[in-house]
Amino acid sequence: MAELDTSGGGKHKGGKVRSKKASTRIDLTAMVDLAFLLITFFMLTTTLAKKKEMDLAMPDNSVKTAQLPVAATRTMTILLGSHNKVEWYMGETGKSAPTVDNFGKDGIRKALVENGKNVEATHAAPDNFMIVLIKPSDKSTYENLVAALDEMNITGVKSYAIVKILPIELGDLQKNGLY
Amino acid sequence: MPRVKVARKSTFIDMTAMCDVAFLLLTFFILTAKPRVEDPIKAEVPVSSKEKAVPEENLATLTVGGKDQVFYSVTGSDIRQEALKAMGDKYHVQFTPEEARKFANIEIFGVPMAQLKSYINMDEDQRKTFTQAGIPTDTTNNSELSNWILTSRQADKALHDKALDIAIKGDKKEQYPMINKIITVLGQQKLFKFSLITDLKMAPKK
Repeated sequence: MAELDTSGGGKHKGGKVRSKKASTRIDLTAMVDLAFLLITFFMLTTTLAKKKEMDLAMPDNSVKTAQLPVAATRTMTILLGSHNKVEWYMGETGKSAPTVDNFGKDGIRKALVENGKNVEATHAAPDNFMIVLIKPSDKSTYENLVAALDEMNITGVKSYAIVKILPIELGDLQKNGLY
Repeated sequence: MPRVKVARKSTFIDMTAMCDVAFLLLTFFILTAKPRVEDPIKAEVPVSSKEKAVPEENLATLTVGGKDQVFYSVTGSDIRQEALKAMGDKYHVQFTPEEARKFANIEIFGVPMAQLKSYINMDEDQRKTFTQAGIPTDTTNNSELSNWILTSRQADKALHDKALDIAIKGDKKEQYPMINKIITVLGQQKLFKFSLITDLKMAPKK
């Protein structure tokens, strides 16, 4: 009933040629099948999860500008070691013992939030945000660096920089078996 | 008991509407689909909570992975062609217009200049099986990678009057010294702002 009629014009009766009225309905099953097959194919091949990007600004170290003195107590240094571990300390290098920590909610993030609050409480109003120095060692991975930068974003640290690690800090990492 | 006669219904359903919807969706998916560029190395990018999408135009991507290899890709075939010409002049390699045209279709590559000519002249299948050595990189501002970035930036400036964005797509297991090297290369060209390509991870609730 719904197939394309291909049987031609019917019997010749009398003299008049009367063409048979063909049904206008076509069987669409095969067409729909094909259409859905293609839809499935295109749906599965398109990438829905687009890649994201994280902006990073490095300081221009080719020009020497007068640098503002900053209280050492406002800085927190994060050393990125091997085995996805970090070490952090407040203030100047070598003055306080570093704490070994790992990435994630209960690790470095907690420390960042707590130290941030401490700095805010102990310093005078306009300059009371914490400054974080990220120092990746040669044994840390790219993932660690991105994770550390992401923590800055999550905890809302206003001022941070990637800085070259010092030999004394490498020694510290070595002592804790992270280098 | 009289037999209940079930009226025989036709099994034919009107599929016109279904067909319409199917083709509408099909058209949509065909138009939005973008051929995925096959990376020569599997660079598994780290996750972050940033939600900014990677721009689709005006972007040069440095893919780092494998054995500290760097692969280079830049959007826009006109920029690629122009950059190739400038690189050919710099390294004294002559490229025919045919080769330049072929190169414009290569989305991502990682071969030194010395091998580039033969790489361009390979066909699709040969390219797939060919192991690319990566673009030679060092921290001076005269390495091949540095020159590729420089020539692409110049081409973008000349052709579109835009500043080319740079993105680093690194494998998460990549060691830091290699990333540092790339950052240094960019720094030497006074490129201090660039982006790191990441996958989205849901930001934790505060």
